[in-house]
Amino acid sequence: MDAEWLDIGPVDQLPAMGARTLPVHGGDEIAIFRTATGSVHALVNKCPHKQGPLSQGIIHDTSVACPLHNWRISLVTGKALGGDEGCVPVIPVKIDGGRILISRAEALAGAA
Amino acid sequence: MELQRIKRAEDDTREHLVVIGNGMAGCRAVEEILTRDPARYRVTIFGAEPRVNYNRIMLSPVLAGEKAFDDIVINTPEWYVENGIDLIAGDPVIGIDRAAKTVTSRGGEVTTYDKLLIATGSDPFIIPVPGKDLPGVISFRDMDDVNTMLAAADKGGSAVVIGGGLLGLEAAHGLSLRGMKVTVLHLMPTLMERQLDEAAGWLLKQALEARGQTILTGADTAAIMGETHVEGVKLKDGTEIPADLVVMAVGIRPSTTLARDAGVEVGRGIKVDDHMVTSDPDVLAVGECVEHDGNVYGLVAPLWDMCRALADHLTESPSGYRGSVTSTKLKVSGIDVFSAGDFSGGEGCEDIVLRDAARGVYKRVVVKDDKIIGAVLYGDTADGSWYFDLLKKQEDVADLRDFLIFGQAFAQGGGAADPKAAVAALSDDAEICGCNGVSKGQVVACIAKGAHSLDAVRGTCKASASCGQCTGLVETLLALSLGDDVQSGPKTMCKCTSFTHDDVRREIVAQELKVIPQVMQALNWSTPDGCSSCRPALNYYLLCAWPAEHVDDQQSRFVNERMHANIQKDGTYSVVPRMWGGVTTPDELRAIADAADKYGARMVKVTGGQRLDLFGIKKEDLPAIWGDLNAAGMVSGHAYGKSLRTVKTCVGSEWCRFGTQDSTGLGIKTERMTWGSWMPHKFKIAVSGCPRNCAEATIKDFGVICVDSGYELHIGGNGGIHLRGTDLLCKVATEQEALDYCAAFIQLYREEARYLDRTAPWVERVGLDYIKSRIVDDAEGREALKARFEESQRHLQKDPWAERAAGAERELHQHIAEIRPFAVVGAE
Repeated sequence: MDAEWLDIGPVDQLPAMGARTLPVHGGDEIAIFRTATGSVHALVNKCPHKQGPLSQGIIHDTSVACPLHNWRISLVTGKALGGDEGCVPVIPVKIDGGRILISRAEALAGAA
Repeated sequence: MELQRIKRAEDDTREHLVVIGNGMAGCRAVEEILTRDPARYRVTIFGAEPRVNYNRIMLSPVLAGEKAFDDIVINTPEWYVENGIDLIAGDPVIGIDRAAKTVTSRGGEVTTYDKLLIATGSDPFIIPVPGKDLPGVISFRDMDDVNTMLAAADKGGSAVVIGGGLLGLEAAHGLSLRGMKVTVLHLMPTLMERQLDEAAGWLLKQALEARGQTILTGADTAAIMGETHVEGVKLKDGTEIPADLVVMAVGIRPSTTLARDAGVEVGRGIKVDDHMVTSDPDVLAVGECVEHDGNVYGLVAPLWDMCRALADHLTESPSGYRGSVTSTKLKVSGIDVFSAGDFSGGEGCEDIVLRDAARGVYKRVVVKDDKIIGAVLYGDTADGSWYFDLLKKQEDVADLRDFLIFGQAFAQGGGAADPKAAVAALSDDAEICGCNGVSKGQVVACIAKGAHSLDAVRGTCKASASCGQCTGLVETLLALSLGDDVQSGPKTMCKCTSFTHDDVRREIVAQELKVIPQVMQALNWSTPDGCSSCRPALNYYLLCAWPAEHVDDQQSRFVNERMHANIQKDGTYSVVPRMWGGVTTPDELRAIADAADKYGARMVKVTGGQRLDLFGIKKEDLPAIWGDLNAAGMVSGHAYGKSLRTVKTCVGSEWCRFGTQDSTGLGIKTERMTWGSWMPHKFKIAVSGCPRNCAEATIKDFGVICVDSGYELHIGGNGGIHLRGTDLLCKVATEQEALDYCAAFIQLYREEARYLDRTAPWVERVGLDYIKSRIVDDAEGREALKARFEESQRHLQKDPWAERAAGAERELHQHIAEIRPFAVVGAE
């Protein structure tokens, strides 16, 4: 296993404009998103507002609308958009040979 | 309102100003004088119509049914009284004696003046063809004409509008909205040729034809046919067009007869100097009846400038009128058009053109010697005021030239289109409201003085109070002055589109659009894939329009509808199985109790809709708990959806000593019929067995109250933030009728309400009478609505829980993988 990157599965398991979840034992659950254009992003699955599960939001362009109170969070920067303020950690992602790889250090950042 | 006379106090020795004409020019002139020196003149106004002064430009919305007469009154009776003005309405002046300095009214009243102001406006031009005087042939000039048109439209039938200029097209639009079959005859090859160039005129013609009007250009009227009443119009090429009403809107001419007969110098209009003084120093004139410097104006904007110059002169601080450059910005049948200046082209003129056929946009700016001399905009008129400002100030646009056609925000902001910056950049004297002649500076001052809402601005400086074209600009000024928290009504569906909900629904059907990306392409969405407001709405509109073919877009569903359960603040879900009419059984209760134990429900709660709600279920466990509940015979309760929620009942005649009918049985039948139907918003039903109303049916979207003789049907109730009791729709005799009316009402709501409108605001918006006309009065229509509801249910009434329990959309409930320290475990 690559020390820097964790393989979490094939990219075709992510629906376009959809998201899946990735629990981290002892750490914060991660949400993996796929946009309409096919780009893949990962954020800690907690809205900076009231910790809503961002993975369940509606994805449009490169943002996701939190399902609890409709805050819009950038998938690229993790920052709240519009008039709201707050930021959620971004986990670097890359696609290699049709597999989703996420950065180990950031993915385990919250884990003990 | 039939009005004759408002009279001021008798013993008034001030100089007497007599105004002939109680219209927009006459009254505006008096207003301008009063703001400068309220005590200077004793004022008498003569008006030909038996009414106070109203906004003549707004006759079109009255005809179209968007406004009532009271909405377009500019000066109320109180205004005349408070300012001590004598108003003689309905008794026009028929003669002026300049030597004696008197005017004589048709009723024989002789009034002396010190200063006389003629503001007689213009008369419609009636083409001299046989039959022009037949009953049913009218012009479109005043409230009486509108009333005649409304009466004709009530009878239905066909109308012919002669004249494809602004006035004619507005008449045609209004009559068409009122249900008449409308044909527009226009002599010239393209519509509105004085305001629009050929390309824009052609686009307009296409759009109007798409809205059901017949447009004949190059049509030369030979005669109006009919014996005792108009029956049709005959063209010079022999074509005959049947008509129950003919509206002549070929043009207007300055109304100069009075002035001419009195020996005042008249050309095309009454000749005035820069201070609006005629050839007689004590006789003045303003408005459409005058000719200034060889120009006659038929638009409202120049009138404001003339009235200012006149008032300055009459209060001894002369300024002088220098003529007006006019622009036209208007909406014809909901289509934005704008034009200004000279766009006929010619020597040294250069055209800059932008076309976006798909978006229905055409822009043309005419430049000469690095200055804008004309502009025509079709479909997108947002930059009209900017072009007009550059044109009026004759600014050098050489530096802007490359970006000019893309609009102000782009040309000045380097590409980042920020409409606020564009408005902020307008100069203080830039005109915001053309109807009422209000500049940006005046709007901003009015906001600074405390007008903090659109309504308040409309109420004070009158900007945006007339045609509403500048509403967006005024809202932006409010936002710029006060920050973003200004309240305003939603106009477009969301920021992704310039269309309203109603527009989008209409186009989905008209263009047979079937999937969301297709809607976004066809209707020029400004974002690549919409937003969390428009996507769920589009998904619903498509589902409603094409129930048989619709493929649901899970990514356009709010979380609860995607997960078929209600998300809670900790990210777990609550699960509500359906209990028909609120009735359950020991077996069902045992299965619910077992499920609550098995899946660790942390709370079981009885809901307001007579159901049991299991809280704290994890998304991974949802398919399994649904499978267990299915096995006990229960289906999804849709407690999470914009859909039929619950039918609440009381026990009714089966048990209750007061019960008049089997309310429980009817409730169960109603729920069996309606469950699983998606709607614009959640929908609640209740059936009470007697007027004691234990099921609280009068705060539901649809409520039935049983009485001895049948069933009272109630609609539009809401027990939420804004408590609203239902309106009584009607009473029916049988249970089957109650079910039929319920289905028809739901389908009407499904087809016509905007997404996220509950029935309460929808009923208030469209009115109870409208609902009655569709559900109660129109038996055939009711049957058709019911049939469409049944058709939709045939395709869409299914238990989503069963599908998910069987494995559908499995990935929505499963993690993609798990990370344990130093290991990754795939889910498959």
